[in-house]
Parts: sequence; C-alpha cells; structure tokens
Amino acid sequence: MKMSGAQMICEALIAEGVTTVFGYPGGAIMNVYDEIYKQTGFEHILNRHEQAAVHAADGYARATGEVGVAMVTSGPGFTNAVTGLATAYMDSIPLVVISGQVPLSLIGTDGFQEIDAVGISRPCTKHNFLVYDIKELPRILKEAFYIAKTGRAGPVLVDVPKDITAQIGEFNYPTTVNIESYKPTIKGNEKQIKKAVDAIVKAKKPLLYIGGGTILSNASDLVKEFASITQIPAVETLMARGVMGATNPLLLGMLGMHGNYSSNMAMSETDLVISLGARFDDRVTGKLSEFAKYAKIIHVDIDPANIGKLVSVDYPIVGDLSFVISKMIELIKDEVNPDRYHAWRDILARYNALHPLKYDDSDDVLKPQWVIEQIGKLVGEKAIITSDVGQHQMWAAQFYPFDRPRQWINSGGLGTMGFGFPAALGAKRGFPEKTVINITGDGSILMNVQELVTASEYKIPVINVILNNNFLGMVRQWQTFFYEKRYSSTDLSYQPNFKALAEACGGIGYDVATKEEFDEALLDAIAKDRVAFINVSVNRFENVLPMVPAGGALYNMMLEHKESK
Amino acid sequence: MEDVRRVISIIVMNESSVLSRISGLFAGRGFNIESLTVAPIPDSQKSHITIVTKGSLRVIEQITKQLHKLIPVYKVIEHEEMIEKEMVLVKFPLGDNLADIKALCEAYNGTIVNVGASMVIGMVADEPVRIKHFIEASGRYNPMEVVRGGVVAIER
Ligand SMILES: Cc1ncc(C[n+]2csc(CCOP(=O)(O)OP(=O)(O)O)c2C)c(N)n1
Repeated sequence: MKMSGAQMICEALIAEGVTTVFGYPGGAIMNVYDEIYKQTGFEHILNRHEQAAVHAADGYARATGEVGVAMVTSGPGFTNAVTGLATAYMDSIPLVVISGQVPLSLIGTDGFQEIDAVGISRPCTKHNFLVYDIKELPRILKEAFYIAKTGRAGPVLVDVPKDITAQIGEFNYPTTVNIESYKPTIKGNEKQIKKAVDAIVKAKKPLLYIGGGTILSNASDLVKEFASITQIPAVETLMARGVMGATNPLLLGMLGMHGNYSSNMAMSETDLVISLGARFDDRVTGKLSEFAKYAKIIHVDIDPANIGKLVSVDYPIVGDLSFVISKMIELIKDEVNPDRYHAWRDILARYNALHPLKYDDSDDVLKPQWVIEQIGKLVGEKAIITSDVGQHQMWAAQFYPFDRPRQWINSGGLGTMGFGFPAALGAKRGFPEKTVINITGDGSILMNVQELVTASEYKIPVINVILNNNFLGMVRQWQTFFYEKRYSSTDLSYQPNFKALAEACGGIGYDVATKEEFDEALLDAIAKDRVAFINVSVNRFENVLPMVPAGGALYNMMLEHKESK
Repeated sequence: MEDVRRVISIIVMNESSVLSRISGLFAGRGFNIESLTVAPIPDSQKSHITIVTKGSLRVIEQITKQLHKLIPVYKVIEHEEMIEKEMVLVKFPLGDNLADIKALCEAYNGTIVNVGASMVIGMVADEPVRIKHFIEASGRYNPMEVVRGGVVAIER
C-alpha cells in the first residue's frame, strides 16, 4: 500500500501492538503528529517534558515487559530525551524512541533545531538509525523493535528527517527480521552448563547472586525453583528486588553498598558465586580484589561483554537466563543434595541474627523506613513501587516487602533523579487497576514535577510519597560521613508548598507529620483516585545503613553511625 | 597485567556512521588506537577495518567483545598468525643524492614513485617494524613529509 512516511510510522506502531505512545510534538515531527491525530490504533500521552515522556515509556516497559515507545521532535526535543535514553540504556530496557530531524537537504547546515541525534545518542542507545530513504523506513522500524527487545535489551532511536515523513512510499511491513551481523546467543553452551552444575554439586558454600537480568529474561519463577530444589541461599541486587519474594527463607536480602550484613558477608565468604543476570557493578562489589575472594564464579549473562569485564570467571555461560536455568534445573534435580549446604545456611542465619536490617523507630518524628514498611503493610504486593534516586530509594529497596518481579521500578545503573514520577505514569498505564506509588525525595520530585499536569489531564492517578527531609539527603549523608559536615548546597529548607503545588495542577495534596496522618492520607489518596502528593516530614538526619564506603571491601560495613541516633 | 599489542580485523556492514560507532566505542571506553584503516571488501556489502591496539589481556578481550556487540559488526578477528603490512610515502628534497635515496628505498623493498623539479617521493610497503626502521634511516636525507598508511593484516 502507498502512504506517507508519517503514516508508515503509525502503521508500524500499530502492527507492533503498541497501545500507548508518550511524546511531545514540534516542527520536525509534525507530519507524524498529524497522522497520530487521524488514527485510532494507539493513544498518545502528552507528557510535559521530553525527558518525562521517555521515562514514562521506560516505566511502561519495566512494568509490562513490552517495548516502550516515545516520540520527540528534533533539536531540543531530542536533547531533552537523552537522559531518558541513557537511563534505559544502563538498565537494558527495551524502548523505541522516534525523533524528528530537519529535512535531509538541511542536514549538516546547522539548520533550525538541527542536532546530530545519532551522534549524541550513540553511546546511550543499543543502536540508532538516521533514515535516509523512505524505502528503508519500514525495515528500519521493524528492526528497531527487534533490536530493542532481543538479546540484551535496550533503547533504539530512529531519527526521521521531516521530508521523509512527508514523502509517499510503498508500505509492506516486514514480518521477519534478518540482520546478518546481529544474532544474539540465546541457548547457552550445554557443556559449560554441565560443568557449572558439577561445580554447584561439589561446592560447600554456594551463593545465588541474582541480578536484574533475571527480571528482564522473565526467569524469576525458574530461579526460585532452582533455589528451592537446591536450597542454596540467595542475594539480590537493587535491580532484582522482588525475584525471590520478601518472605522466601532462602533470601538473605540485598547486597552491595547498602546491602544488609548477612548478604555482604555471604558474598565475602562463599566458595561459589552463581551469578544470574547480574553484572558486578561497583556499587555491588565494593573493592574488587576483596569481592568473593574465596569463590569460583559461574556467570550466566546474555551479553558476552559482561563476562570477564570486571572479575575473572571460571564458568562463563552466554545465553538467555530462562534457557540456561531450565537446563540447570534439569541437570541438577537428581544430583544435588540440599543438606550439603545446611551448615552454610546456618552460618548465614547467625549473621543475620547478629546484625539484622534495622532502624530505630520514634514516636516524636516519622522515620522514613517506617513509612516504607507501612506502605508495604497497607498495600503490599498489590502495589507497583517506583522510585527516584537517593536515600528514599535505598530505604525502599531495603524495607519494602517486594513479592514479585516488575513490582519495583527504579533507575539503578544511571541513578536518574526525576525518573520515578514519569515512570510511575508509564507503569500505571500498563496496569491501570494496580495502585502505583512513587517513593521519592523532596529533591528528586522537583525534577519532573510538571508531570502533575500530565497525570491530571489523562487521569493517571499515581501517588507520590515524598519522604521530605529538607535535604538532598544522600549527598548530605556523604557530607556527614566524609566531608566533616560541610553541607555544601544540599540544604533544601527553602521548599515549595507541595500540597498546594499538587492542587494547583489538578491533583490532591497531603501534609503529613504523624503515623496516623500518614495512614489516613495514603488510604484517602487510594480512594480518591487522583494524582497525589503525600508530603511526609521525616527525620532530617536519618542515614542509610549499613554502608560500605565507596571502594571499600563488602565485609567492612558501617553498621551504625553514632550521631544518626 | 602487562600491555600487549594486537591487530584486530573487523568486518562490518557498509552503512553510514559505522566507522564513528567503532571510533566512538574506543574513545568512550578508553581503549587505545595505534592505527586504523578501512576499505570496502570487493563485491560485497561489507568493509574491512584493521585496528592496531594496545592493552592488557582483559582490555583486549573487552575490545573484541564490545566491538562484536555493535549491530553492524559482522565479524571480529583478533589476529594471531598473520601477515602484516604497512605502507609509507616519504617526500625528500631533490639534491645530488637521488641514487642514495633510491638505494635506501630498495633496501626496504620499496621504490621511487615520483620525481619532481625539487622533490622526490619514495614508497615502502613492509612489516611495521621495517617501516619504522626505514623512516629512521630516511632521517639523514632531511625528509619534508612522511605519510604512513596504517597496518593491514591477513590471517595465515
Ligand atoms: C539528575 C541527578 N542529579 C544529581 C544526582 C546526584 N544525587 C544523588 S542522590 C541525590 C539527592 C537526592 O535527594 P532527594 O531526592 O531529596 O532524596 P533523599 O536522598 O533526600 O532521599 C543527588 C543530588 C542524581 N542522582 N541525579
């Protein structure tokens, strides 16, 4: 069928099953917006900033497992989207972002709103395309979706010059993709898997090190099954919260910089690390030369470049975790003796009893950890929790009782403040019937606060719980610990009226200072079904503990800080 | 870990910006490029890129793996048993030493490729060490310009 490039873009999105596109129009992408106006296949959500549009698509993708789609114009529209691309890139989230570009004839002339989008986005996308010929457009769109979601997933940018969106061409949307130079390894080498299984059977202190790849591969149930058959204890990274389930007796907790004592000690003393979709990030490993010092390492990863990048691996297995772990279950079922690891589990249980994850609650002032536990009690596994970046994010990861994969959505790799609110909008679009709560800080929430308007207009009632400490708390914590309390530019005592701000944009606001007020506010916000700000005054100088100072060994945790009491 | 020198051949699909993807990867990840050459492979949709690099074995492994991850990269060959050649052009001022310059080029399996009114151009294609030695030896004839071509290699 003959149609314009703009129509092709809409038709391709519909063919890919896209139901929601997040975006913001402008000159170079107007032809496409004109077609969006005419079609009924998907809904377009007008976020109030391109960064938020990409984060919203990202939140949608993380919650649903499908490819998220965002659309922006050239120049500033695109540059605003870059943080969104980078955030998705660092966490391997499948996105297709379509950007307008100046007409082909103007490319390279410093035209109005021209910027080299493929040049800028090269290091923060899995792949990107600049469309030179309308004949290529259908294939490129098909490949963009395919590349975004296969192998190690990631964001793909398609930059489309304005004249191409106006030209007429033949549209036959391809049904298959064949990229000669792109064939991800899925299955995993059977001999290697067998060797790894033999090593597990012989180990005395094996440890499952579960990363976000488990969620991306939809392998959580299989990983849980593997743990339950073998009775091997497990630690989760920040990105893997929810895989094992909070009440699973085999789960020690989160490891890393703010991991709990038993998790970090387990990693320090294990004799066999079984890494499942994790990538040995520096926030997880601490000092590399001390990390899992006594252990052999099995590393299962879809991305061969992750293997051996930071630590030497004894059993490398490249493949999709779902395939690999199924095979491992099959091989280990009749071989393993779960009693073998009994003594090891006992040691770890004693570690946990010695220094459990804890905080000192108070009746005088709300403790942020209490607020998070209370959200867990009031809405628990029903809710999807998104987060921004800072102390509140770490407390959420530590104290929320996550029960299932894709319940916890946060920017782990890039650590992007401003991610949580728009990501919550995306997640809520994916699961309108679920309560979606963004646990945020008084710093982070302001970085995409304009999304109040988006949420009100489209009736996307997400709840923002602002753990308000009048500080850029995480930076303040480092200043307390490592900069002799010189609080350089972290005091946020000058505050907006958050309640009024929410209400000015069509939402609902609450100011909360006591436990009773918090319960009331949260239950009311859920019942009201409107976008909400719950502004919770919490203890200003609370610190996230335990803490492994950057570059220190995992077993050297600060468990207490005298003055935080 | 000690640094090693490696010659890496990369077979890529001919498409726009593939070279910038590769050079950008090296720059962004702090990998080192000693030389880089590119040319299309005859009768195909692909090009052959040759990069000479230096790094620890872990870095070299990352280089090949990260290159392989780029979508338009079809094949990455870390050369072991190879024939390796490089070309150099040297421009000398023309004096009464033409015969000496010619003899020098010939000693390195090269030749004089151009003689003008006031200058002479010699060309040598040989192994990179021999090219280095040739350039050193040319020094005594006051070369005006030295242009090296970068290494190409083929597995034996
Ligand atoms: C876009 C961006 N800018 C700066 C930072 C650095 N940073 C990390 S945490 C943090 C403080 C966050 O403060 P707030 O949102 O109030 O959360 P709190 O730590 O107080 O819970 C800052 C500034 C960042 N992660 N992202």
